Amino acid sequence: MNADRLVEVLATGMLATVQDAGRPGYAHLGVPRSGAADERSLALANRLVGNPEGFAGIELTLGGARLRFRGGAWVAVTGAPCEVAGGEMYAPAWVPPGGEVTVGMPAAGLRTYVAVRGGVAVEPVLGSRSHDTLSGLGPAPLKPGDLLPVGPALGLALPAADYAPPPSFPSAPVLRMLPGPRDDWFAEGAVEAMCAVPYAVSSDSNRVGVRLRGPAPRRTRRGELPSEGMVRGAVQVPPDGQPIVFLADHPPTGGYPVIGVVVEADIGTAAQLRPGDTVRFALLRATS
Amino acid sequence: MTLRVRRVGERGLLVETGGLALSLALDAALRADRPPEAAEIVPGPETVLVVAPTASCEAVDRLSARLEALCAAVLGTALSEAAERAPTVTIPVVYGGADLAEVAEETGLSPEEVVARHTASPFVVGWLGFAPGFAYLTGLDPVLHVPRLATPRTSVPTGSVAVAGPYSAVYPSASPGGWRLLGHTSTVVWDASADPPSLLRPGTHVRFVRT
Repeated sequence: MNADRLVEVLATGMLATVQDAGRPGYAHLGVPRSGAADERSLALANRLVGNPEGFAGIELTLGGARLRFRGGAWVAVTGAPCEVAGGEMYAPAWVPPGGEVTVGMPAAGLRTYVAVRGGVAVEPVLGSRSHDTLSGLGPAPLKPGDLLPVGPALGLALPAADYAPPPSFPSAPVLRMLPGPRDDWFAEGAVEAMCAVPYAVSSDSNRVGVRLRGPAPRRTRRGELPSEGMVRGAVQVPPDGQPIVFLADHPPTGGYPVIGVVVEADIGTAAQLRPGDTVRFALLRATS
Repeated sequence: MTLRVRRVGERGLLVETGGLALSLALDAALRADRPPEAAEIVPGPETVLVVAPTASCEAVDRLSARLEALCAAVLGTALSEAAERAPTVTIPVVYGGADLAEVAEETGLSPEEVVARHTASPFVVGWLGFAPGFAYLTGLDPVLHVPRLATPRTSVPTGSVAVAGPYSAVYPSASPGGWRLLGHTSTVVWDASADPPSLLRPGTHVRFVRT
């Protein structure tokens, strides 16, 4: 470990974890994909410091972190917008040796990402440095006193942009959804009915899924669905009728019918929903 | 006969196999000649989910065409062929688990007979879930089908050999669990640093032997 290139964790906020692009390809062995919940925000942070998009960074939950960069580093902060001292949101910033970056509470959104040029270089597990909250694979959640190695910047591209336009955090977020695969377990028009009303984001939401509270889609098919493969973005409806939108750490298989799947482009929106937010679904129809 | 394929969002295709034997045969066929568009292949008791790496319509269409051809090929061969090619794993077990006596009582057998029936069951890994490396072993002697514990244990040790409902399993790591513990094995079924990390994979044949 190069003593010069370390991130010292001074404060973590509610939950801070190392995340990269996750560990796809192991779902059949019971391994969740994991990875950054809002993948696009991590990718943007990486681009801003000249890293490949899938390098490991730090995912913060409701901000509140303080990091010291022992050897100095280029750092970028993206995702849920926070007050940042010692660095900048949506822009690369040089943090001098021993300098600190303090991230406040986000004004909107839930998850903020910190990328460092060279990437967080903790030991990978099954090809990924992501902490998986469901299975426990990967590096443990961060705690004050942790020292994280930073990878070499040699050979990386030079940061190309000084600033990236911040993403919008709409006050009325919408998740576009393709129906199925199990919409036929519900009454005719149940998907449309779901799209006609707002759902509230519950406080028991986490990296596994966004738990919603609202009108239950009316189920017409009784009995149990044999366990089947699940995807990120799946809107699973358990017997209590309260939908769960699966995020990065979702179980690879599940036994509740999936009424629809949120489109890839809106997964980041789902990952940024915070308890108390209101969200709507919008129905898309497959073209083929 | 053709198999119904359902769309799962922009990237996923869910093949309805209607049964585990066909799920495992399709899973094996997909892995033997893996389309580059199949980032994940996840068999289940009545389905196989195949997921493309990106939400590209072209990739999913190509995958869909390949799946259709593979399904036809799999439907045209005897299911026993895939099953015969699957590896067999023998797992030595020290019986005498915390629930062995209770399982014996509930099934009206002696503990000896429970062990005899468990070691005589020809298990096949159906699918994995619940935890990395946690394989649902199908083929348990019907006499040994017992419900889970009403209150799960907060921690079940790694290597516990257990039954619940129609399945048996080996706990790949310590975790909470409600399955009934028959014994313990020192065989490592999950090692994240190994390739593949899981000893038991869909289709693997498993025999337990008493030590």
